[in-house]
Amino acid sequence: MDPFEDTLRRLRETFHAGHTRPAEFRAAQLRGLGHFLQDNKQLLHDALAQDLHKSAFESEVSEVAISQGEVTLALRNLRAWMKDEHVPKNLATQLDSAFIRKEPFGLVLIIAPWNYPINLTLVPLVGALAAGNCVVLKPSEISQGTEKVLAEVLPRYLDQSCFAVVLGGPEETGQLLKHKFDYIFFTGSPRVGKIVMTAAAKHLTPVTLELGGKNPCYVDDNCDPQIVANRVAWFRYFNAGQTCVAPDYLLCSPEMQERLLPALQSAITRFYGNDPQSSPNLGRIINQKQFQRLRALLGCGRVAIGGQSDECDRYIAPTVLVDVQETEPVMQEEIFGPILPIVNVRGVDEAIEFINRREKPLALYAFSNSSQVVRRILAQTSSGGFCGNDGFMHMTLASLPFGGVGASGIGRYHGKFSFDTFSHHRACLLRSPGMEKLNAIRYPPHSPRRLRVLLVAMEARGCSCTLL
Amino acid sequence: MEHEVQRVRQAFLSGRSRPLRFRLQQLEALRRMVQEREKDILAAIGSDLCKSEFNAYSQEVIAVLGEIDFMLENLPEWITAKPVKKNLLTMLDEAYLQPQPLGVVLIIGAWNYPFVLTIQPLIGAIAAGNAVIIKPSELSENTATILAKLLPQYLDQDLYIVINGGVEETTELLKQRFDHILYTGNTTVGKIVMEAAAKHLTPVTLELGGKSPCYIDKDCDLDIVCRRITWGKYMNCGQTCIAPDYILCEASLQNQIVQKIKETVKEFYGENVKESPDYERIINHRHFKRILSLLEGQKIAFGGETDEATRYIAPTVLTDVDPKTKVMQEEIFGPVLPIVPVKNVDEAINFINEREKPLALYVFSHNHKLIKRMIDETSSGGVTGNDVIMHFMLNSFPFGGVGSSGMGAYHGKHTFDTFSHQRPCLLKSLKREGANKLRYPPNSQSKVYWGKFFLLKRFNKEKLGLLLLTFLGIVAAVLVKAEYY
Repeated sequence: MDPFEDTLRRLRETFHAGHTRPAEFRAAQLRGLGHFLQDNKQLLHDALAQDLHKSAFESEVSEVAISQGEVTLALRNLRAWMKDEHVPKNLATQLDSAFIRKEPFGLVLIIAPWNYPINLTLVPLVGALAAGNCVVLKPSEISQGTEKVLAEVLPRYLDQSCFAVVLGGPEETGQLLKHKFDYIFFTGSPRVGKIVMTAAAKHLTPVTLELGGKNPCYVDDNCDPQIVANRVAWFRYFNAGQTCVAPDYLLCSPEMQERLLPALQSAITRFYGNDPQSSPNLGRIINQKQFQRLRALLGCGRVAIGGQSDECDRYIAPTVLVDVQETEPVMQEEIFGPILPIVNVRGVDEAIEFINRREKPLALYAFSNSSQVVRRILAQTSSGGFCGNDGFMHMTLASLPFGGVGASGIGRYHGKFSFDTFSHHRACLLRSPGMEKLNAIRYPPHSPRRLRVLLVAMEARGCSCTLL
Repeated sequence: MEHEVQRVRQAFLSGRSRPLRFRLQQLEALRRMVQEREKDILAAIGSDLCKSEFNAYSQEVIAVLGEIDFMLENLPEWITAKPVKKNLLTMLDEAYLQPQPLGVVLIIGAWNYPFVLTIQPLIGAIAAGNAVIIKPSELSENTATILAKLLPQYLDQDLYIVINGGVEETTELLKQRFDHILYTGNTTVGKIVMEAAAKHLTPVTLELGGKSPCYIDKDCDLDIVCRRITWGKYMNCGQTCIAPDYILCEASLQNQIVQKIKETVKEFYGENVKESPDYERIINHRHFKRILSLLEGQKIAFGGETDEATRYIAPTVLTDVDPKTKVMQEEIFGPVLPIVPVKNVDEAINFINEREKPLALYVFSHNHKLIKRMIDETSSGGVTGNDVIMHFMLNSFPFGGVGSSGMGAYHGKHTFDTFSHQRPCLLKSLKREGANKLRYPPNSQSKVYWGKFFLLKRFNKEKLGLLLLTFLGIVAAVLVKAEYY
């Protein structure tokens, strides 16, 4: 018995009936989403605290407010985004109507992760709904508190004929992926990303994959170590390091390292106090499996700061590791925890070479007083996104698309980019049924003389255009 | 194979393909190649598809030259960083999108328009700064050979290479890692390409096909309609991914349509179509036999003559076609035009929606509302109303499919975008650290409020002055208090 068959059929029927197309319907869904966030703020905060020990500040700023912002942006711009986009015409089409129609794909599947379970579930949802699709949401089973709220409370705010939440682990998700969807949006690890894309290939379903990697963070000798330490520490230990765009490891000279260590310690103490475990501002690791994985990484290199852990609490102290070898596990996998290894390099060239030897990351950071150094790193590397002299602030700007490249992902979203991701851009050319004389040149029979005329016309033209 | 791909990757890593000047030079060289070796190119295409020089030139070479010129003109602008709108938090920073090359791109060409469908993507890939491996279709042998011969004579030999071969070689090639794959061909192989790409998380653009429907309304000028359809259908002997595959119309129109198409065929190709230099042939015997089998049991209104030796199939129209028969089950890709009678436009729309989303959709009518309804209530890669094929010709349109007709799009700037990574960049300064104190723990309720304020407030130029003044005043007060007390 396929548990998803009925739900998917119901959603498809709704889509074919055209219910999700009118702007008013979509706006109502978005408003519903907005109300969900407003009415259940405390419930969401509690769920996030339960899952990740997230502080009110983090819950508000990185989950609820961001989602709310996207809802508001979509509501404000919906009609503008939906409008047919007229395109420049060439000589042959001067008298025609030429526009791009934004159409929903149909049935969209969104598979969400556990680290920002509200943000990374609802922000894609905003885009999918705004674009007029029917949506199946598969929240992460690992962030159980939030999963419950999304499964039980969210559907009450949306039209359930075009929206459904399905639950389950890897096995159920595998079963779900056997079905045909018109678009799949996945946030998670590269390993599972490959599984999703392989399943999508069987139905020729287009995908957006928001994956991850090891985000390098280069710290130049020419900078103020305390300012850099403040910024790096905040972005590293936010959500206990469980952020896809967190600075994963530091690259700097041994001299810089000496100046950074006390600065990092100072920042950590200021942020989380002398006993970080008792700070309400530090998150916890999501589950035992991740905790054990991270605890093992504490054995790499040498602990310079932190290193404490508490299994019952799934607590890992904000940690900095030094004397780390490239071959050690902490430099082989995405850390996704409150551990910051420092790798020594002798200058920008070596740093760039180190970065380019590895997979393209989701984010890349460079800190320097010299704008030249920052721009050089930017120009000679590739990554999903880049921020100079700060952490993942580039994500807060909805006018910048968010996505990976290479192993860190395919596609992008946020703001209008979400709407475009979940829309098919259909080229529409409406010609006049008259003026047939103009078409005469394209019809056979073709004479050698006509070819000569055509060749001359091609040589003579200044701009590019295809006549025939 | 692995060695070849490695060589190209090393060439890319050298950074040679990135400077604007280099890209422009390569594009200019490509242009020279097309102009200087025009005869060879036209001859190759001609012998693959039995195509006249005029047709080869007007269907393939023109588009290539047009695309190169378009790139040369616009590339300097396209590769520059594009600033984006900022918010309060990033007001004093630099925020922009920087296009970057992806790396090594694989272009798998098709045999029906073997030159343009391989070179047009190549143009965009070069323009975007990538290294490119081209795998022309082995079915259009002569074009594949000429490309392998000519490209190394004009382009950088390590950055842009041609690999020829059949299924075995292509399978081997697909095991390698690329940074983007653009494939033009059929749905079955499209799935294979995407599955191979999934192993490396390689993004793909799949230009596939399907059965492109053509609805003819009662309210239209049938003379003109049939001329246009005849032109688009029998061009390249029907072997066009966006050819009108089949006609939907009310039964009463069938006879007239048949008559007018018949007349137009005579006008275009003469009494003896076989002798017209403007009429092509089927690419090979396998496809010839395949198309022949579609005629079995059908009512041939006119045409139907074939000659196996020359792989000739006459322009053919079938009437009263049963949707369950073979000719309505697969993309025809040949000069056979079935007419499926429907009661009205409602039935036509249902018919279309019951099937896979096609690459193109055509609707002929004087009634603008009807055309609008067709577009609103169906989906397809693209649409041309009151004509066929033409939306392909406008390169400000993204050209691509949806659903089983494909994913992704290209042509013009869309090719450049397809083969680029548009990297979001935010450049801040190490100064003004005081302002960041708002975000650092230990957190308080007021910090939550301010965090939301900065995140959600829009950067509104009109209110800037007043807002800025107020904001600076408050921040100054907070900072003074925080820093000195």
